[in-house]
Amino acid sequence: MKKKILDFLTEIRPEFDFSESSNFIEEGMLDSFDIVSLVASLDEEFGISIDGTEILPENFSNVDSIFQLLIKNGVTE
Amino acid sequence: MNLKFHNKKITGILTVLPENEVNFDDEIDNYDFSRGQSMKLKLIMGYGKRRVVKEGTTISDLCVFGMNYLFDNNLLKKDDIDAIILVTQSPDHFVPATSHIIQGKLDLKQDMILLDINQACSGYPIGLNQAFMLLEQDEVNKVVVLNADIMSRKVSVKDRGSRPITGDAASVTIVEKNPSDNIIYGTVNVDGKNADALIIPAGGFKMPSTPKTAELEADSSGNSRALDHLVMKGDVVFNFVQKEVPPMIENLLEKAGCTKDEVDYYMFHQPNKFMLKKLADKMGVPYSKMPNNVVENFGNSSGVSIPTCITYNLGEKLLTNSFLVCLAGFGAGLSWASLLITIEKLNFCEIIDYK
Repeated sequence: MKKKILDFLTEIRPEFDFSESSNFIEEGMLDSFDIVSLVASLDEEFGISIDGTEILPENFSNVDSIFQLLIKNGVTE
Repeated sequence: MNLKFHNKKITGILTVLPENEVNFDDEIDNYDFSRGQSMKLKLIMGYGKRRVVKEGTTISDLCVFGMNYLFDNNLLKKDDIDAIILVTQSPDHFVPATSHIIQGKLDLKQDMILLDINQACSGYPIGLNQAFMLLEQDEVNKVVVLNADIMSRKVSVKDRGSRPITGDAASVTIVEKNPSDNIIYGTVNVDGKNADALIIPAGGFKMPSTPKTAELEADSSGNSRALDHLVMKGDVVFNFVQKEVPPMIENLLEKAGCTKDEVDYYMFHQPNKFMLKKLADKMGVPYSKMPNNVVENFGNSSGVSIPTCITYNLGEKLLTNSFLVCLAGFGAGLSWASLLITIEKLNFCEIIDYK
């Protein structure tokens, strides 16, 4: 699942190496539009709808936080 | 705040769309998106066609055009109007109130109540609430609720957060006393502590417009706008909507003793397709009951997007059918408001083009 998350991130922002970053938001690698795009991709890929109240920058700061968000929204490993 | 009204009804809804149509595909170069990102966001957010006014066209022009259409087609009589409520954030002038300008242009009677309300995306249900309150008066039998905004005039061409979705429109809604008692339930909530989440910093008395306030400045997200322009904290507004709107609707339905499934349509303010889909998902409402197609066809015209959603999606149907409809608006203020109302067969429910 983490590989898929990285693939989507790279698709949205191909200019960055997300595997080398610990905080995508602080390092300016993702903005709010990128998060919207990522949520739409994750929703479609995993057949879920990530809760709107959880679409907060801190939940998209690294691959682990995105992974945890998916688990919380019903995706199983 | 929970509200309840007896013996009132909506009898007609008209949407007036301005003449200019702008297409997102023609504007892509204004924004700091890659082409691929633009195409993806177009699908997700509903970027598409927007209706915007020509320079010089004001909300009073749109409202007067709509009212004259109703007079000319015998759908409304001038002397029957006892009050006009105008909901807008884009008045013709600070002084006088634009409702007075409209009353004058239409040559309406002097024995009437005029009221301007400065509300944005929650303005439609709030305006209707006020109309229902006025109808409690013995001498008030028919109220016209005008909702109009031309916020495209206040959004920077280089603001990719607001520009691709912002449209202009006006609506005319007729509200009258009703012999049958279909109870109308309403809610209104406000949060002035987040007043700066959606704001035009300059142009009022606190910070008058000057050449300096018209200068574009870039922000960290790649937008360029001036202090004269609308600025929206998109993440704050998005989270406010997701957090506050579902419980507001749950509370409304609970007060009315009504289940989610019993509501025929959820006609909500139309900020963008993504936000509406997320709301529908969270509320467990099918997309077919909560249309999200206004932004892509006409743009987000603040509170007017609600009557536009009704006229666009239910126009013909409401001439021969009655529906239980939940209306909801949410936005600047911050404020959020809702109504649960049976819209009975209407005398008119249509969209016209301003000429």
